[in-house]
Amino acid sequence: MGTLIQSVDWIAIAPPVIAAAAALVVLVVDLFVSDTRKPLLGWLTVGGLVLAGLSLLPLLDGDRSTFCLTVRGGDCSYVADHFTIVVQLLVIGGALLTALLSMHTMAADELPAGEYWFLLLSSASGAALLPASRDLTTLIIALEVASLPAFALVGIKRGDRLSSEAALKFFLSSVAATAVTLLGVSFLYAATGTLHLTSLAHGLTTVDPRLDTLAKAGAALTLVGFAFKLAVAPFHFWVPDTYTGAPLPIAAYLSVVGKAAGFSGLILVTVVALKPYADVWGPAVAVLAALTMTVGNAAALRQRPDAPRSAVRLLAWSSIGQAGYLLVPIAAAAYAGTDEIGTTIAYALMYGAVNLGAFAVAALVARSAPENRLTDYRGLYARRPLAALSLAFFLLCLAGLPPGVIGLFAKVAVFSSAVHAGLGWLAVIMALNVVVALVYYLRWTALLFTKSPEPAAVILPLTAPLTAAIALSAVLGIALSGAPQLVLRFATGGLL
Amino acid sequence: MNDTVMQYLLAATVVLPLLGAVGALLPPPPGLKGKSPDQAVLRHGVTVTGAVLALSIALAAGFDHDHPATMQATTDISWIPALGIRIHLGIDGISLPLLVLTALLTFLCAVYSYFKMPAGPSPKAFVALILVLESGTIATFAVLDLMLFFLAFEVVLIPMYFLIARWGGEGRERSALRFILYTLLGSVVMLLGLLLIGLKAGTFDMVTLATDNGSHLSHTTQLLAALSIGLGLAVKAPMWPLHSWLPDAHTSAPTVGSVLLAGVLLKMGTYGFVRILIPITPEGMQTFAPYLGAFAVIGIIYGSLACLALARQGTGGDLKRLIAYSSVGHMGFVLLGIATLTATGINGALFANIAHGLITGLLFFLVGSLKDRYGSTDLDRLAGQTGAALYGRAPRLGGLLAFGAVASLGLPGLAGFWGEMLAMFGAFKPAEGLDRGAYLTFTAIAAFGTLLTAAYLLVVVRRVCMGEKATAEATEPLLADVQGYEFAAWTPLVALTVIAGLWPALLLGLTDPAVRTLLGGS
Repeated sequence: MGTLIQSVDWIAIAPPVIAAAAALVVLVVDLFVSDTRKPLLGWLTVGGLVLAGLSLLPLLDGDRSTFCLTVRGGDCSYVADHFTIVVQLLVIGGALLTALLSMHTMAADELPAGEYWFLLLSSASGAALLPASRDLTTLIIALEVASLPAFALVGIKRGDRLSSEAALKFFLSSVAATAVTLLGVSFLYAATGTLHLTSLAHGLTTVDPRLDTLAKAGAALTLVGFAFKLAVAPFHFWVPDTYTGAPLPIAAYLSVVGKAAGFSGLILVTVVALKPYADVWGPAVAVLAALTMTVGNAAALRQRPDAPRSAVRLLAWSSIGQAGYLLVPIAAAAYAGTDEIGTTIAYALMYGAVNLGAFAVAALVARSAPENRLTDYRGLYARRPLAALSLAFFLLCLAGLPPGVIGLFAKVAVFSSAVHAGLGWLAVIMALNVVVALVYYLRWTALLFTKSPEPAAVILPLTAPLTAAIALSAVLGIALSGAPQLVLRFATGGLL
Repeated sequence: MNDTVMQYLLAATVVLPLLGAVGALLPPPPGLKGKSPDQAVLRHGVTVTGAVLALSIALAAGFDHDHPATMQATTDISWIPALGIRIHLGIDGISLPLLVLTALLTFLCAVYSYFKMPAGPSPKAFVALILVLESGTIATFAVLDLMLFFLAFEVVLIPMYFLIARWGGEGRERSALRFILYTLLGSVVMLLGLLLIGLKAGTFDMVTLATDNGSHLSHTTQLLAALSIGLGLAVKAPMWPLHSWLPDAHTSAPTVGSVLLAGVLLKMGTYGFVRILIPITPEGMQTFAPYLGAFAVIGIIYGSLACLALARQGTGGDLKRLIAYSSVGHMGFVLLGIATLTATGINGALFANIAHGLITGLLFFLVGSLKDRYGSTDLDRLAGQTGAALYGRAPRLGGLLAFGAVASLGLPGLAGFWGEMLAMFGAFKPAEGLDRGAYLTFTAIAAFGTLLTAAYLLVVVRRVCMGEKATAEATEPLLADVQGYEFAAWTPLVALTVIAGLWPALLLGLTDPAVRTLLGGS
């Protein structure tokens, strides 16, 4: 019997660790800088995230694992394979764009800088840890590290009733979901005697027949927590209120990084841990996917354009619809093999880039029109041609129509995985949803170019970070439209 | 001509309009500022579409007319290996005429708009959208990869939507939304079929798939794929009963929008039938052809009856709407020709495609110019009680309208005749395995449809071109005859209608060998 002490591969765990360390640094530095120099903290955050992103580079060649058991098969708790790296890239990139957006909101909304940046980095660190986790404890801890700071971030607007209400709603429903997941995990542990995902999968094939029901119930309950994060219907009710109540960058963050955490957890649990139950969760995920996209798109369609905060509310509902598309390849993986989940990753990368871009333009419009109604976007082209063209491009990417070529092909990849898995009915439902979604995306796009009847509102100057955020998203979107292979190569598999 | 040159020519016809669209949005360079920014950008549109037309004519000249069945000017580069998508371009005898037609009509539209810009927001966006539209349409006819075909199919949606919604007439936003939703619904359903073919056959390459002639696809796959792709294309074509987006879209669209919509966009649907369904899923087509034929002849009768109803006095029929419905009827002939699955019928269909593009394009131009003069296309307003008397008041305009009408009703010697005759001829003796009795019925119904077509077009000519000059002048005193720029835009269409009518071999010689190859014969 060897030593029980596990060796730690610091390079492999660098991305989440750097983010966490940066969080602590920001918190400490906050005590020593004067109020006038608080923007420094924002740049520190951006620096930390860039560093965390760079730390992905040495990992590119593939599989590293650490925190491995020294006994019994040597299961590892942390694996930096291609799946991990790509999701971490999405998480860190998403957090970086959020940070750029936040710098601009920070001053306008008078948010407490030190706490804000600390919470953002902590949450990002948790979300970066999540895809690397290979045992259920680490997964739950990562999920909570990603979520807990997010509750505080949603409610960070002091004295804003809507913000506190949103935070409370988010908190209560999230905690309930986590509790259910924990119950499920305990059931799975009881049935198989292990928490490591791969041995769990092995254990499930040889479950004591008397514990069979327990194991199945455990599997179903475990999925709930991740489904909640991903805002899968019927666990989506928190999304619209939370997004509209939260500061705009945090809504953007939740819609991309929160979702990344949700779907990577869901993938790990379903495709790796619960592989033997594919015949059970496959159809379930497929039905949930259909339900989610239909609910999200139908509600987005019904948004009144002149209601306060209708723009963010629309993005919230549309993000639920998009979550439905993200689920399709996961469902397909139950039928056609693990490789299908690469399509989810590819779609999420596209979605992450353009959705953050859309939020960035929304943040820009929110400067002169704090209510952020859809009608405030009327005639944006006349006032800010480039911002309007970018937003139109982002929306068309989300809708999946040229000139948003990358959006089109990401959708084609998702359709392709559904057809490949023989889920024809799901493909047809998705096809209908794509058409429904076009209505509201196109309505919004058309508004940008309509002549505004009112005299043009005061145009506030662009700030550098906001410009950077919009430009970064737009350049990413356009580059990907020219060379979709950059993200779609993940769709061919070989990630997990 | 050298093959590399041809390759670049074809690639340039697709890419140049896109670059031109970007250029239209940028401020004009010094030295090209023109009289005003609006004039400069409209001139830019004429220049770019003119260049594309020149390229396409060069392409036609360099085309090896002795081997129209082989793909020429081919480019084949890998683009998205993950999905197996290649940039595969090429033209043969089927796509070349459509490509030239697109370039020609877009150029004429650009010239027409240069002098008569439709009312609406700035011409900058207008020119950019027309150019994107041109690129998408040309790409549809030039690509040889199923996924690229889908991409090109989708490219045209957004520009056409904005052309209708921004520069259109009454009810434009609703019509535009309806147009884009119908077509998108069709095209995503089509996507599912294309993916099914690609995944089952292992390639998206249209040439490889066509050479296989469906031998690698199971019967069920072929049925499913033919059904879903057929539905998507039928929306675009449009086939009765999926046509209901078309009359509204045409009525609301600006003149050039209608011309391009009828002239080239509808052809994308019928082209897809010939290029994709017939060679790739022959068994599927065999099963569905009788249904397609039945819907096609219903469309012919339905379109004609709708036109007759609109043409009657006192119904407040809109002339633009009437031409739109007549498109449903004409496209019915094209679909009937395709449904015969014979070389004769398909050649007829392709011929009717081109003829419809020329003639209906001309008719929409003429109706648009009437709208400019009268401010309305309401037939009752135009004609009054006794007729608009265009012959007396604007003889050239009246003459051209009468020419367009008789060409459209299929007068022998003009382009409209051959396509419809060949389509009916094909239906008289359909391919083996198809129920001849059913097709004979279709032929009879289609023949009756030609009579109805003649009836409503003659009614239109009587009400618009004839009449008492004095009464007509009492209500609408001033009426300008055809202007110089109108002549410039219309003459090529008139000339080509006559040439195609008198010398059909020009087109049939191109399409026939290619069609025989697609049908699987040698």
